[in-house]
Amino acid sequence: MAVLTLVQAVNHALRDEMQKNDRVVILGEDVGVNGGVFRATEGLLQLYGPNRVIDTPLAESGIIGVSIGMALYGLRPVAEIQFLDFIYPAFDQIESELAKFRYRSGGQFVAPVLIRTPYGGSIKGSHYHSQSTEAFFAHTPGLKVVIPATPYDAKGLLTSALRDPDPVMFLEPKKIYRTVRGEVPDDEYTVPIGKANIARDGGDVVIFAYGAMLHVALEAADLAAGKGINVEVVDIRTIAPFDIETIMSSVKKTGRVVILHEACKTCGFGAEIAAQIAERGILNLKAPIVRVAGFDVPFPYALEEEYMPNAKRVLNAVERVYNF
Amino acid sequence: MTLELLQVIKPSGELVEEMDPGIPGDELRRLYRLMVLTRNLDTRGTQLQRQGRIGFFVGCLGQEAAHIGSAYALKPEDWIFPAYREIGAMLCRGITLTQLLDQYYANAEDVEKGRQLTNLFGLKKANYVTGSAPIATQIPHAVGAALAAKILGDPIVTMAYFGDGATSENDFHTGMNFAGVFKTPTVFFCHNNHWAISVPVERQTASETIAIKALAYGFEGVRVDGNDILAVYRTTKEAVDKARKGGGPTLIEAVTYRMGPHTSSDDPKRYRSEAELAEWQKRDPLLRFRKYLEKKKMWTEADELKVQDETNREIEEAVQHAEKLPKPALETLFSDVYAEMPWNLEEQLRELQAEMQGSES
Repeated sequence: MAVLTLVQAVNHALRDEMQKNDRVVILGEDVGVNGGVFRATEGLLQLYGPNRVIDTPLAESGIIGVSIGMALYGLRPVAEIQFLDFIYPAFDQIESELAKFRYRSGGQFVAPVLIRTPYGGSIKGSHYHSQSTEAFFAHTPGLKVVIPATPYDAKGLLTSALRDPDPVMFLEPKKIYRTVRGEVPDDEYTVPIGKANIARDGGDVVIFAYGAMLHVALEAADLAAGKGINVEVVDIRTIAPFDIETIMSSVKKTGRVVILHEACKTCGFGAEIAAQIAERGILNLKAPIVRVAGFDVPFPYALEEEYMPNAKRVLNAVERVYNF
Repeated sequence: MTLELLQVIKPSGELVEEMDPGIPGDELRRLYRLMVLTRNLDTRGTQLQRQGRIGFFVGCLGQEAAHIGSAYALKPEDWIFPAYREIGAMLCRGITLTQLLDQYYANAEDVEKGRQLTNLFGLKKANYVTGSAPIATQIPHAVGAALAAKILGDPIVTMAYFGDGATSENDFHTGMNFAGVFKTPTVFFCHNNHWAISVPVERQTASETIAIKALAYGFEGVRVDGNDILAVYRTTKEAVDKARKGGGPTLIEAVTYRMGPHTSSDDPKRYRSEAELAEWQKRDPLLRFRKYLEKKKMWTEADELKVQDETNREIEEAVQHAEKLPKPALETLFSDVYAEMPWNLEEQLRELQAEMQGSES
């Protein structure tokens, strides 16, 4: 078992699955010779050659549109979009085409394209290298949206995504590409799509989080423990389809809920979690649900630290629901 | 620089002998029959919509030669990525009237399970990919499938159909650019039918022709009389053969005319003159091909009456079959979103079923 960074775990999942399945091909900007701007595809061109690791023209709708055609024909394309912030030229391809092929063709044509893209803030990247717009994709029937928060999950979830029969958006929290390390088995394993993980067991309050925010939640839980509050932390891991059973079981267990994400608060994915809890278990709640999220503003630059949810803000929320 | 307009049959019906693609006589007769079938299906589809028996119709009046001449140049293993108007191409591909009428009626036997507007159809076994309403999105798909085939070493060709309006879209540029860079076996077949709903082709591009745009992407563009089925076939066959041999993509501009409305929701009188339409009616692709066949002694008035009667009867049988069938089952509202139904869809299906049972009792 090796200790890897999250981006290394991504690289290993791609490397191993490409070894196993010669239908897996990678395409995107700078993915070949350069190994990706974050080095997620480093070494793969050398291993698998230019027919399977394809540097494309600079055109996101082309990367996704061409990937759809490849998938319809029977390959398993992995499309890298360099930053989630640059995906919008391909939005039509994702929303109108990728997500709808199986449905609109009556199940005849399927396009299991995997879209990998780094997302999220705290890297001093301003608007266009920082946003967290996962909710757009979770709001699109036909897509699965997976967000790993640890190296172990990154490899296991990506391996599952590479074998999934449906299109998958695989959003990689770039803030923790290299800051989070963890043990990752050398051997093949999978982590199932659609299952949350109880990252920390606790009975007083539950924090629901995903991506880089998982680590903020864990930090806040440590701080809360110092104040005698026993916090459970659930890593959502897949936001479409999300794991309602684990969510509701933690709600029933604690009765106090904090939802954490770095995306804008209004219509963020936390709103869906809160609504589901209200519909299914409002009488289990001992306090109002509190969301800690990014603000409803374009992503800032100078005031990035103030924008990003941190452990202190989350701790305040935990104390609010605990002392309600 | 102007690209010349290629013709094989002159408007008079005379053949330009040196351009003859050499299709056998019985095949020529079959192609004409397909054109008549397409025309009659178009007429019947429009009537059914006007009578309120189907919800919507998108027709292809005047574009039959361009559809059939191009699709006929492909092998069965080649793939078509259509826009949404290519009824002639579908029939040429072996998609049956029953399959089409079931789709028009969006009934329980529709292979698309009643999920798409009329003629937004696809059939896997015909390698005819299910289309969509957004414009030009299918162009990069055709390039991707061709690139996949090239990587796998399959000697197939992909064809993307689109209209003149589509050439203004990003995905036209993107698809052409990727095809040029990766030299994919793709034929880009543009139906320049002069109108994108109410906007004329002059408002889509200041380029002298559409075909000429190919040069900037590093491959050949050709311009063909889209109302001349033999010219369309000859041009497409050359492009297809070149692509199959590794010669890369071609852009074909078929100059034709949409003689009908954009869809059943459109009234072309609002934006174009009767005189313009009358001018193009004289160039009707069916008339041109029939004149040619008659000159060649391959077609008679008796043949014409027989084929008109047969095709209308076949269409009517498919209408009668389709009209009797019920809507798709309620479950199909939720199936095929994913390979397996996730919990939220299962829950919503159960809730809807319970509500519907409640409202029945």
